[in-house]
Amino acid sequence: MKSLLKINNLSTHFHTEAGPIKAVNDVSFRIGEGETVCIVGESGCGKSITAMSVMGLVEGPNGRVVNGQILFDGKDLLQIGKEELRRIRGNDISIIFQEPMSSLNPVITIGKQIMEPLMLHQRLNKKQAYARTIELIELVGIPRAEQIASSYPHELSGGMLQRIMIAIAISCGPKLLIADEPTTALDVTIQAQVLETLRQIKEQSKMSMMLITHDLGVVAEMADYVIVMYAGKIVEQGGVVELFEHPKHPYTRGLLKSKPVIGQRLEQLYSIPGQVPNPLELVESCYFHDRCESCLPVCHTRQPQLKKSGDGQQVACWLYEEEAQYE
Amino acid sequence: MSEALLEVRHLKKYFPITAGLLNRTVGHVKAVDNISLTIRPGETFGLVGESGSGKSTVGRTILRLHDKTDGEVRFKGISVHDLSKTEMNKLRPQMQLIFQDPYSSLNPRIRIGDAIGEALLDHGLAAKEDIPGYVMEVMESCGLSAYHYNRFPHEFSGGQRQRIGIARALALRPEFIIADEPVSALDVSIQAQIINLFQKLQHTKGLTYLFISHDLSVVEHLCNRIGVMYLGSMMETAPRDELFLRPLHPYTKALLSAIPVPIPKLKRERIVLKGDIPSPANPPSGCKFHTRCPYAVAQCKEETPEFRQAGNDHYVACHLV
Repeated sequence: MKSLLKINNLSTHFHTEAGPIKAVNDVSFRIGEGETVCIVGESGCGKSITAMSVMGLVEGPNGRVVNGQILFDGKDLLQIGKEELRRIRGNDISIIFQEPMSSLNPVITIGKQIMEPLMLHQRLNKKQAYARTIELIELVGIPRAEQIASSYPHELSGGMLQRIMIAIAISCGPKLLIADEPTTALDVTIQAQVLETLRQIKEQSKMSMMLITHDLGVVAEMADYVIVMYAGKIVEQGGVVELFEHPKHPYTRGLLKSKPVIGQRLEQLYSIPGQVPNPLELVESCYFHDRCESCLPVCHTRQPQLKKSGDGQQVACWLYEEEAQYE
Repeated sequence: MSEALLEVRHLKKYFPITAGLLNRTVGHVKAVDNISLTIRPGETFGLVGESGSGKSTVGRTILRLHDKTDGEVRFKGISVHDLSKTEMNKLRPQMQLIFQDPYSSLNPRIRIGDAIGEALLDHGLAAKEDIPGYVMEVMESCGLSAYHYNRFPHEFSGGQRQRIGIARALALRPEFIIADEPVSALDVSIQAQIINLFQKLQHTKGLTYLFISHDLSVVEHLCNRIGVMYLGSMMETAPRDELFLRPLHPYTKALLSAIPVPIPKLKRERIVLKGDIPSPANPPSGCKFHTRCPYAVAQCKEETPEFRQAGNDHYVACHLV
């Protein structure tokens, strides 16, 4: 599969009074054409910042991409000019955020907000843009499209708004859609509708998708390929079936075991002891070592590298490196 | 079956909608509309439903944090809403509430030891000098350390704050705890820790829980009996195994099939419900679910289905069952 997005050694740091925070720490992965890649991890693991870095949204005095390459269609998004980046964003890459209510302008009608990118990026005139808007609203599964186009965000429910966000995001036929926790704020029955919509659109338009979520259930349903992040680093990545059936990293295993699953009756849930480390206090070690069941002496002092470990799976753990066992 | 600890009969809670200069009541949001449930000592009753289904309002009305509109709540045979203020205050330590977001329910300027001990002092349940020792004991049973006593809420992570919320409820030695979405704001690995803590405390202290959640997988793990709410009404209540293996109400079936399962090879036949939850201010006539129900017939639009028995301890409100 040809890769559409290739990220090499991406590092995004934030400078705070207490010291630098490595929100994304030397992360590399690729997304193939038409592929859905899910990034999973708990809050603070850097999954959203990875997405923001790709979109060039980490800016300002404190946050900066300090290292790496983001190759989209062979072009490094970190090297190109502002104007070119603006053309790519919205046209070729678009993003959906968790909170649809806060990403829409409350005083502009839904219709106008969908028309805006069409007129800006696709250079459609008003009439064409409106016609396309109606099509898009219908495409994301909302009936009474014309009525919806003339209503304001507060008149719609959360699930409808999220579908409007999807409509805006796909309006220019992007090659890559980034969805950052798109269903986290929604109820399960509505989540099922939105995921169904995303899946249908993906199938029709063959676009690639980068889906960020903390819900392993959503991952299992949507992903082709999964990336597991912990404390700013990728700890494991692999195809969805291999990763769920043969998780290698102790963190991935713990995560899968600690989620209650319908129909699977257990006396007690497995729980990973302790909590995510403070990003300011990270030292050269495996960041998971103090919560890990199978911690080795080397885990305290050296950081494992992400290495191939059969079936296209990659894992960053000393347990899978022979030299480590004898240290 | 043992005697009920909590009995709720035909509970209703309507919130008035006011409008205009004179604040006249123009309608009601029927947040809780004729709900009945029974909770037996030592069991965990799970209340599930989507946002706006009224599950939190049920919890709060049981504790009399809201006054009821109609119906009855009996705790150990005592009608909670008929007590005087002083009698109610005496009863409060026995029924406690744990919230979803423990951060907003903790005063940022009060040390957590004091926050946990405060209610004991208020209710006159312990002498001032005994409080620190007792509080530390409670903190340890909730997985906090004694040295946390003098810290402030902002120094804790989300999971730890939830432990503080639990410790605060437990300090009063309650028999009955209502937990309102206690693990929804937590990450998976921390969620498992808190769920295990709930189970451990139930074993050691003989607690009875009303566990309110939108997450059916958590509810399945933790609860003995489950009630499913939709738009202020109870759709179905059943023991856990009955509900998950033999769901009767179309809404319960749809809810169960909507949950993403972390098994990638599993391809399920999914019931995707059309449309959104109607507004509780203007609920549909007849069966409230008829607007989204794939099996609705003419009768559903007109008649409200009765909540009736459909098996051993299994109750359902649907014309088609």
